[in-house]
Parts: sequence; structure tokens; C-alpha cells
Amino acid sequence: MVKHSLLKIATTAAVAVGVSLSAFAADPIKIGSVLSVTGGAAFLGDPELKTLQLYVEKINKEGGVLGRQLQLVHYDDAGDASKANGFAKRLIDDDKVDIIVGGSTTGSTMSMVPLVEKAEIPFISLAGAVVIVEPVKKWVFKTPHTDRMAAEKVFTDMKARNLTKVALLAETSGFGMSGKKETEALAGKMGITLVANETYGPKDTDMTPQLTKIKGAAGVQAIFVFGFGQGPALVNKSYKQLGLSLPLYHAHGVASEEFIKLSGPAAEGVRLPAAALLVAGKLAANDPQKPVVTGYRKTYGDRYKEDVSTFGGHAYDGLMMAVEAFKRAGSTDKAKVRDAIEATKGYIGTGGKVTMSPTDHMGLDQSAFIMLEIKNGDWTIAK
Amino acid sequence: MLSQFLQFLFSGITVGAAYALAALGFTLIYNAPNVINFAQGEVIMLGGMLVFFFMQSGLPMPLAIVLAIAIPALVGIALEKLAIEPARDAEVVTLIIITIGASLVIRGLIQIWLGKGAHSYPAFSGSEPLHIGGATLLPQSLWVLGITALVVVALWYFFSRTLAGKAILATSCNPLAAQLVGIDTQWVLLVSFALSAALGAIGGVLLTPITLTSYDVGIMLGLKGFVAAVVGGLGSGLGAVLGGLLVGVIEAMAAGYISSAYKDAIPFILILFILFFMPRGIFGAKVTERV
Repeated sequence: MVKHSLLKIATTAAVAVGVSLSAFAADPIKIGSVLSVTGGAAFLGDPELKTLQLYVEKINKEGGVLGRQLQLVHYDDAGDASKANGFAKRLIDDDKVDIIVGGSTTGSTMSMVPLVEKAEIPFISLAGAVVIVEPVKKWVFKTPHTDRMAAEKVFTDMKARNLTKVALLAETSGFGMSGKKETEALAGKMGITLVANETYGPKDTDMTPQLTKIKGAAGVQAIFVFGFGQGPALVNKSYKQLGLSLPLYHAHGVASEEFIKLSGPAAEGVRLPAAALLVAGKLAANDPQKPVVTGYRKTYGDRYKEDVSTFGGHAYDGLMMAVEAFKRAGSTDKAKVRDAIEATKGYIGTGGKVTMSPTDHMGLDQSAFIMLEIKNGDWTIAK
Repeated sequence: MLSQFLQFLFSGITVGAAYALAALGFTLIYNAPNVINFAQGEVIMLGGMLVFFFMQSGLPMPLAIVLAIAIPALVGIALEKLAIEPARDAEVVTLIIITIGASLVIRGLIQIWLGKGAHSYPAFSGSEPLHIGGATLLPQSLWVLGITALVVVALWYFFSRTLAGKAILATSCNPLAAQLVGIDTQWVLLVSFALSAALGAIGGVLLTPITLTSYDVGIMLGLKGFVAAVVGGLGSGLGAVLGGLLVGVIEAMAAGYISSAYKDAIPFILILFILFFMPRGIFGAKVTERV
């Protein structure tokens, strides 16, 4: 009788422990994300989501973080900032996520910021513009380089080649317009004169009128194009058609294999700043970024059979910084995780070496960009 | 100065020819069931994307081009059979909405099938620009202009000299009367959709080496083509072509001489003026509606 009840107690206890253990193990760390997977900004959100899914799966297979599995909760805002706001609310109130990694566009990110700040939840954005981290917001961080950094890198290179009279050709997209604003503000400070200031539409098919005008601008020494997607490739084609010989620079938005393929021979001699990810194979063997970027390239390429883009890289950096912060904080306590992200020091990602501080929630400097030149249809590191 | 002007003009004519080809497709379908087919931009996109796809699969260019024109024509027929015909008694507005839906479906399918990236293939006769009076012109632009001209002549011949063409015109004037004299109006609809889709595809095939192509190029081409068709007077083939060239040239001149920031706005403002004084477009027939 006694024996029986003992056994019973033991079984009950075992079951109880088992239940609570499995409950503990099944309680995942929730990573929320709002990305523009479809719509006009799909080129950002698509590789970002693929990267997050791939690495969450990979981390879980390797045992998760803090002994817990990761769970990705994601929504597609289709490039619509107002939808992003609604989804952020859902992530915070209904899904009760531990951190948010995402916001493909600056618009989406900024619409989520007030909610995130109010709910006091760590947020790592994957969007470009400076406004996200300037002024610094307590709970908001970002991984991509800013357009100002790209312009700075280009102007530094131009000055090294004694080119100070520059024609700016910007795209009328969000990316191009933000870049135009930053470039204009920076030009004066860096001793660069903008002798022509033209724009083109993201869906334009012929840029010869703008380039003809630039050709006629007094004293022009170089052309700087701030655009993204197929527009810059068409600028190259129009440039070649007109037989121009001015040094041609692009911003960091075009750094993809597709850009060279679309421009064809017109891409020869074009220079642009880019993250190390795109020239992974060409980095020196002792470059600290080399193992990170070649690893990401291989993992992503093996899984999806397509080239990596810088944007997927931003998502990789965002997720890894979050994971590291969880580990260093030793818990998912939001305040502790936030502090841990802010204390990120010397993290080597696809975007560069990241060292954050209470006044810098991006943590990248000029060394994150490499000046590239296209030679014989391939990237080379410009000297 | 002159070389600059010529450059703007060449640029305008090249872009304008693209609008003209899109406008021709609108015109053709408008002539038959009086419907504006907003899937017209999508067949232009199909033309370019299919050539790219078939060439990538290893087919020689001529065969790829033939397929890239034939398949959109079949898509046009399918659109008529599956979407327009079942709703034939519906209002014109309903039919227009159906074509918008069809365009979304085509765009979505291509996006999933061929991805979101931009694509291109080599120009038909090299990409070495021709130098004329200090300005440059791509050989591919001559292809676009030449074939557009051929298409206009062929269409003119078809509609004014052949029985089939006249049957289409008769149907557009009065479907009931056409039916009474023995014209198979169902057949007319089918032919119109196939023809306009093939036309659009030809446009896409010709333009892609200059403009690149991606799943969403049809939106802008369709819109500008529609504007060109309206300016030229809906229903007139020659009007569509001139309307297209006009919009293209105004755009290029505006970008060159005024400001590239306003280049998209200026043609639309001018078009408003044109339509204010000539509500039926430049070449639109003077029609009086009987009440």
C-alpha cells in the first residue's frame, strides 16, 4: 500500500518535472520581424527574410540560444509604412516578442519607432537612413551603412584623384533622394563643388538627356550617381552611348553582380563604395571579415541558389547581434538585452566592424566601405 | 547647341517609340469591344522576359523571339476566352476592371516564376552608337523605329484592305449590325486580343536591349502608352504612334532644357492642354453621339 502510493508519488513527480522541463525547453525566444517581402521594396525584404529563416533554423539545429530555441515571428508590410506600424503593434501586444529585428525601409522603421520606444523593447532596424539613429533613440539600433557614409567615401576618393567639380545625378526614389540630401550637405564641408544637379525616375529607360546636360556643365570633372536597382545600370549605358570619359561613381546601393551583368561593357571603370561581402573572394586572407562573409555567402548560396546581397547581410548582422546580446545578457530581460546591444564591441559582421556606444547606435565607420572598380567585368579593389 | 538638341530629340524618339508601341495595342482593342485593356503593359513585359528566359535556356535568339511573340498572343486569347467572354454582357467599366485584374495576375505569376531582378539580352545589331551631327543614336533605336513603322503600315493595310480587318472595324462601329450581316463577333474579339498582345510583345522584344526588363516594367509602359493613345485620339493607329513620339520627345526636351526634376510632370501638363482644346485627341474622329 505504502509502496504503491510512493510509486504513485514518484510517477506524478516525474511527470510533473517532465512537463515543466519540456515546458521550459519549448518556451522559445521570440524574434519579431516586419519586412517588405513583397511590393516595391521586395529586393530588400526578400533576402532579409530568407536570411533570418535560414539562420534561425541553423541556430536551432545547433542547440539554440541560452538552451532555448529561437522562434521567428514575421509579417510582410509590402513596403507600406502604415502597415508596418500595425504589425509592430501586433508583435508587441499579441505575439509578445523579445526583440524586433527588421524594418526593411526607413519609412517602415520610423513608423515602428514610437511603438517600440513606448513598449521598451530592443529594436534592430535593417534600413539605411541616418534619421534612424540620429538623434539616438534608447531602444533603436541599426545595422546598414548610411548614405552619408557612402557619399563621404566617394568624395574622399575623388579628392585623392584631384576631382573637385562634381555633377550629381540622383534617383527620385526614397534611397536616391535621401542620398541627394546628404550628398549636398556634405559637398561643401568636404570642399567639393556640385556643378550640376540632375535627377532621373527609377523607371526611366534613357538617361541621355541628363547626361548630355552634365556633359555641357562648366568645368565638370566627375559624375556621382545616387540610385538603386536598374536605373544606375541604364545610366552606365547612356554614359557609354554618349562616349563620355569623366570618372563615373555610383553609391553603395548598386553593388551586386546583377549590376555588372545588366550594364555589360558599359560598367568598365565605374567606381563605387561597397561592403566587403560583395568581394569576399578578393579580401586578404588575414582580413578579419573574410571568414564571416565567405561563410555567409556559402551558406546562403547553398540554400537558395542565388547571389547574396548586402541587404541579406544586414539581416544576418542584425540577428547575430541580437543573439550575442542574449548570450551576454544571460537572459531575455529587455533592459539587459538593450544594454548588451549597446555594449557591442568589435563585432565582425558582413557590414564591417561594429562598435556601438550610448551615442552611436550603428557602430560602423569609414573602414566598413571598400572602394571598388569594375575591371574586365569583375570587381577589383581600387587603389 | 545643335548637337545637344539632336541628342535630346534622339532620346525622345527612342523612348517615344516605346510608348507608341504600347499605345498601338490599346488602340487595337479599343477598336473592337471598346475596352481599354490595362493588361497591355503586361504583354510588353512578357515579350522581353520570355526572350530572356528562352535565350537563357539555350534557344537561339530568332526562335526565342518567335516564341516570345506567340506565347503572349495565346495569353491574349486566353484572357479573352476565360475572362472577357464570360462577362460579355457586363458594362465596359466591368471589363476594364477585369483587365486590371488580369494584369495583376500576369505580373504576379512572372514575379514568382522568373524572380524580381532586372534582365537584358544583347541588341540585335551591336551596341556601338551611331554618330549623327555630334549626337549619338543606338542601332537598336533604329530597329524599334523601323519595326514600329512597319507595324503601322501593316495595320493600316489589314484594316482598310482585308475582309477580316473590315469585319473588326464593323464590329467596333455596331456589334449588332455586324452580327446581322454575318460577322462572327466572337471571333473578332478573339483576333483583336491576340493581335494586340502579339503587338505588345513585339514592343517588349525590341525595347529590352535598350531599357532592360523586369516583372514590373509593364506598369509604367502601360500608363504612358495609354496617355499616348489618348493624345493621339483613341482608335487611330497613326495617332497612337504620333502621340507616343510626342510624349517621348516632350519628356526628353523637358529634361534637357528645363529640369530633369519636372520631366515627368511637363508632358502631362501639355497633354491636359491638348485634351482641353481637342477633347478627342489629335487624330480622333469627330463623332457625334445621338441621344
